[in-house]
Amino acid sequence: MKRADDFESRREHLRNMSDEELKNYFWQLAQQVVDPLLEYGRTHTSPSIERSVLLRMGFSSLEAKPMVDQAIEHDLIGHGVGNIVYRLSKAENMSIRDAGAALAEGKLWDRAASLFEGGAQA
Amino acid sequence: MSEKKLQMDQRIDVEEILQDLDQYRPRRRNWVWRTPAKDQHAGPFTYREISEPMGGESVGLMTAHYFDNIDPQPLPSITTEIASGRFEDDIRRMRMAAHHGADHIMVIRTAGQSHFDGLIEGTPQGIGGVPITRKQVRAQRKALDLIEDEVGRPINYHSYVSGVAGPEVAVMFAEEGVNGVHQDPQYNVIYRNINMIRSFVDACESKKLIAWAGMAQIDGAHNANATAREAWKVMPELMVQHAINAAFSASVGIDKKNVCLSTVPPTATPAPCVFMDLPYAVALRDLFTEYRMRAQMNTKYIESSTRDATVTHVLNMLISKLTSADIQSTITPDEGRNVPWHIYNIEACDTAKQTLLGLDGLMDMVELRKDGPLPEKVRELKERAVLFFEEILAVGGYFNAVEQGFFVDSGFYPERGGDGICREAAGGVGAGTVFKREADYMAPVTAHYGYNNVAQYDPNAVNDPASLIGGCTLEKPEKIVYIDELDEEDNVNVRMAETAKYRGKDCHTIKPEMEWLADGTVMLNMFFPTSKRVAEAAALEVARRMGLAEPEVISREIMQQAEGTRVEVKGKFCQDIDLDKLEIPEEPDVMSDEEIRADIERKPMVVVCGTVGDDEHSVGLREIIDIKHGGIEKYGIKVHYLGTSVPVEKLVNAAVELDADVIMASTIISHDDIHYKNIANIDRLAREMGVRDRVIFIAGGTQITPELAVENGADAGFGRGTKGVHDATFMVRRRRELEAAGKWPR
Repeated sequence: MKRADDFESRREHLRNMSDEELKNYFWQLAQQVVDPLLEYGRTHTSPSIERSVLLRMGFSSLEAKPMVDQAIEHDLIGHGVGNIVYRLSKAENMSIRDAGAALAEGKLWDRAASLFEGGAQA
Repeated sequence: MSEKKLQMDQRIDVEEILQDLDQYRPRRRNWVWRTPAKDQHAGPFTYREISEPMGGESVGLMTAHYFDNIDPQPLPSITTEIASGRFEDDIRRMRMAAHHGADHIMVIRTAGQSHFDGLIEGTPQGIGGVPITRKQVRAQRKALDLIEDEVGRPINYHSYVSGVAGPEVAVMFAEEGVNGVHQDPQYNVIYRNINMIRSFVDACESKKLIAWAGMAQIDGAHNANATAREAWKVMPELMVQHAINAAFSASVGIDKKNVCLSTVPPTATPAPCVFMDLPYAVALRDLFTEYRMRAQMNTKYIESSTRDATVTHVLNMLISKLTSADIQSTITPDEGRNVPWHIYNIEACDTAKQTLLGLDGLMDMVELRKDGPLPEKVRELKERAVLFFEEILAVGGYFNAVEQGFFVDSGFYPERGGDGICREAAGGVGAGTVFKREADYMAPVTAHYGYNNVAQYDPNAVNDPASLIGGCTLEKPEKIVYIDELDEEDNVNVRMAETAKYRGKDCHTIKPEMEWLADGTVMLNMFFPTSKRVAEAAALEVARRMGLAEPEVISREIMQQAEGTRVEVKGKFCQDIDLDKLEIPEEPDVMSDEEIRADIERKPMVVVCGTVGDDEHSVGLREIIDIKHGGIEKYGIKVHYLGTSVPVEKLVNAAVELDADVIMASTIISHDDIHYKNIANIDRLAREMGVRDRVIFIAGGTQITPELAVENGADAGFGRGTKGVHDATFMVRRRRELEAAGKWPR
């Protein structure tokens, strides 16, 4: 879109604001722009976020990548890949590391999927 | 703490840094700001804005020796960007930069890392930057621990949390003690065409980690300056970009005192840049009072002249001083022509230190006007930024605004050039990779953003999700999995083996370098009395005949179209210099000015001098004696200058009449060894008159060899390159010897 500079007419409602009022208004608008973005982040996840969770759980980058890729393939990423590892380790009485290593190698995915049927556990 | 210490006279041992890296743990992770010095004094001066001095070694400005060798440090952190592609060689440059005052070392990422979906491991070589990996970060942080001990000041280490692997990089940085980061999802969207939804979702997690680690965060708004066609028109948008990232970061939980705006004075000369840039700088600081300013230098209008770039950067720092800067970044003056070289990182650090010290206390004497064009323009810019925000909301929010090309438009908002960067919300790298969290979504780790149903497993773990797994790597670094190398060919060990003979304590071989150890790169500066194209060709021919490989013109400046062109050429010197075969003349031993002055004050000294024989040369001797040239008069030595073509008899007679302590003869013409014959004549005459052992006789001239002068009867001879201090040192020392031997006073 091309537009000539219409600053003078556009600014009419700002003209009488004090500098302090203008500043407050600026930050109020900024917050309004970012709030929906923050909410989207709160309720969503991504492969990189899930890999970052797995790194923090003690897996290497080489292990984290196939774990997340397969969680996406099995349509399980929405539960959290760290959650898959955690729940599998409890169900199979394995350590976190062993459960994750198995998943990284493509094992136990059906078992993992079965643990998430029906959504959140009570 | 490392048990090893750096030795001032030894190069840092990179091989040793690389040993036992799997065991290394960083000593801290948070950013450290400089603190104002309690004592605002250095040498004879009082300052108003210096920081606590470095507790260890440093290199002061060139001119410091005139001022008791003081090395005061400005208040802002000083940044230098070091990323030559080989991190192992960058370590050495980091040490040099730290000694010249940098306490913020930024590592640029290799081209393409933004689009790499995961962490890179090992130590591959980079292009235009360094592949940021755990091993590379760990090695550099470990080296910086040693360097900060040596200079006695914390060094902040910095790189980038952007691209499609932001959260993973942020975890690795938090684990490895990185202290500062660039993080701004807008950068991904606008400049890297990474899907905007993915970028903002990832940014939440990245920023949560940045907050947890106490890192300083720098935004990416400065890129709009560098990208927009007319950078000065993008000012309203810049404020909007800053505010989006600032508000977003603070909402996620980063302390506002660690959220830095990356701000660049948008314009450069020949525009009236301070007049144009100052209102923007003031407006920004008015609006963002709770945040920090990272003052970056202009790179948009940089050319191959390092002088031109340096002037722009000094003007940029004038803006910093007229407003404020918490971090003063530096751009190397050679950035307009190549990937920065060692020497230019150091020049840039010195330029910053020199300028900020020179402008110390400026605002205690001058004031920005509260009327006239400055406040008017400030207000206008703020209003234009507010209007920009209003329109973002009017079109339905940020994503819609990006889709409609709101950003990096060439118009001065609300003017629109219709050439902004458009991105699709459903497009870009990583599109379609954001997933809704299920009701039972859970992540058992620290510093995780957003919905996390920990309560389903343990209501007591809600505030400490990592407790479900007995702590994550952020509490238990022993859980970190360290990967050494993945590529057998492309790694640091292979690269270092190739240059092994140039490193190590016992190395006997050296080569010039600009970027990498033994790269052989040298630079030549030439002037040719001809046009630009001819001069360039001639310069390359000179370099080739000098034996330089790969010669390349890196800068040319027209002096006058026909009269001449200045050309700078780089090339590679392909031979080794064997240190064992190098003849290194002994360094002339000189006394301090204070010591010489004290000795002359103790007992005055009279010198009779002149250029002897039929010899009209006067410049050299005048340089040695004149106070104006830093000659011996400045020590209080009384000098009787007899002029040029002085007969040797006249010189010796004058010495007797004036009861001189010293005869100083200058003899330049060397035809038929006349210079040594003059020396022998003076010696003989002085003996005949019975004064030789009560007078010090020194001879100087461009063709004088000191040993031959002494052989011919002088007490000392001084050749090319001699300064007054050399003569004065000899005279004072010789007089002390004579005194000790009971021959003085006469």
